[in-house]
Amino acid sequence: MSTFQNPLLEAKGITKYFGTITALENVDLKVHAGECLGVVGDNGAGKSTLMKVLSGLYKPSSGSLYFQGKEEILESPKDSQNLGLEMVYQDLALAGNLPIGENIFLGREPTKNIGFLKFLDFNKIKELTNAHLGKLKINVKSADQKVEELSGGQRQAVAIARSTAFNAKVVIMDEPTAALAIKEVGKVLDLINSLKKTGVGVIVISHRMDDIFSVCDRVMALFQGTNFAESELSNTSRDEVIGWIMGKK
Amino acid sequence: MEEKDNKKESLYLKLMPYIEKYGILLLLVLMILVMHILQPDVFLSWRNVTNVFKQISWQSMLALGVFMVIVTAGIDLSVGSIMMLSLMVLAIVAKAGAPWFIVVITPLIAGFLCGLFNGAGITLLRMPHPFIMTLGTLYIFRGTGNLISGGTPISGFTDEVRYLGHGRIDLTWLGLEKSQYLPVSLVLIAVVYVIFWFFLNHSRTGKWIYAIGGNPSAARASGINVNKILIIVYSLCGFLSGIGALILAGRTDSGYPNAGLQSELDAIAACIIGGASFFGGRGTVLGVFAGVMIMGILRNGLNLMDVSSFWQQVLIGSIIVIAVYIDVLRRDLGTRK
Repeated sequence: MSTFQNPLLEAKGITKYFGTITALENVDLKVHAGECLGVVGDNGAGKSTLMKVLSGLYKPSSGSLYFQGKEEILESPKDSQNLGLEMVYQDLALAGNLPIGENIFLGREPTKNIGFLKFLDFNKIKELTNAHLGKLKINVKSADQKVEELSGGQRQAVAIARSTAFNAKVVIMDEPTAALAIKEVGKVLDLINSLKKTGVGVIVISHRMDDIFSVCDRVMALFQGTNFAESELSNTSRDEVIGWIMGKK
Repeated sequence: MEEKDNKKESLYLKLMPYIEKYGILLLLVLMILVMHILQPDVFLSWRNVTNVFKQISWQSMLALGVFMVIVTAGIDLSVGSIMMLSLMVLAIVAKAGAPWFIVVITPLIAGFLCGLFNGAGITLLRMPHPFIMTLGTLYIFRGTGNLISGGTPISGFTDEVRYLGHGRIDLTWLGLEKSQYLPVSLVLIAVVYVIFWFFLNHSRTGKWIYAIGGNPSAARASGINVNKILIIVYSLCGFLSGIGALILAGRTDSGYPNAGLQSELDAIAACIIGGASFFGGRGTVLGVFAGVMIMGILRNGLNLMDVSSFWQQVLIGSIIVIAVYIDVLRRDLGTRK
């Protein structure tokens, strides 16, 4: 691994309340360029809430976020996208009724001006989609295929392609292999490894030790909304990480 | 074997979008043929065809508005009442002696504001479903229309005000007879439908309307302001109902309390017959037009054949059920489980 002095993304003392429930308490997290951080924890440990804070979907009750060393306040997913922070949601957040290309560019569609009116530039969407899918070595029949016609693994690939189409610097993935057939898991993990090589910082939330141990460089565990343990992957073992998830050190 | 399956699947994938897009037109053409065979002298006569278009003119506006709402997986039950209220506002403004160019924009503004009210209620008041908000406004708007008019018809508008609903474009310069005119309302339908087709298919906002219907959380996660888009959609639906009021004012020369009664149900039926899915995200402008036409032709044809209106109700109802069953089958086939 290259030198990891300056984190690309750093969260300090993140606390999030939902009414009287404390979902996160004083949680720290950092990820470097080209690094993959695994985040583990039991159901309700606060993983998804933390990711939603990082993506700007939730505003933290307290705590701060630093991106490339600069403090940032995220008001909406748009803000985090503008920074180069992308999220791949567990439920994939794709619109099944739209084609692959339009999903990848949803919310950021290229347009062309005809007179004073702005029209969607479908040729450009198709062109950029094919180029991007080719770069990530994702195979689909056509960029015009509707997402609902794809398999789970292909949908996950489209979701990842979507997150990286705009020069993402950090990609956050919530259970990227949870809904996949075994033969598709390998493809998605390969995709994560190739993202790392391009210098993207990746955060993977997963229950599956196989995922964590095949793509991550570092792993951190949340327990009941707090930082519980953290280690370089080379200094820990599966059994130890599983112990952390259960709250045992 | 597997190869054969793949071939079958790819052919299916190629055909599916066309069947989804144009299948409904086949049904429309079939109906026209059947009606023509049953009523060869009358059905395709100039007089009857223009008559059908005049009859569907204002319904087509309501259906288009409701269609956009249905694409977002919502529903608007208040379009008939919006149209009635807009019509009453127009009638009152006209009777107060306002110049025609003021009179013709009042229903559009009134309709837009009613739609804005619906949209704001659904998003800002966080109503659990648009059904509830628009069921409420169905009563509120019609009640308001009756309050401001005293519940009595207000008749007699100037020719300028009636132009869009009643006007005729003379075609004698084409060598046609005087009776073979083009209704202005037909041109208006075409213009409005083309504009909204462009809006829904070629603008970002239009694409986002489909995305919200497909998966609202995906739209939200993509940074789309879902509430803003919904408010736009309901406002435009109200605006189109306002255009419907303007057409109806021209056709009937009167603002009357029963205007548009139950027409929200006709509008919804036309969307469903035209292939819009209640689950959202599915349906085309062309399909809605076909749906409106199918209902218009069915009514017209059955009238020509002197079939009782009771049977018309039964037939239209049956077509709705069959159309939705086709939608269910299409969903089963179209998505992988």
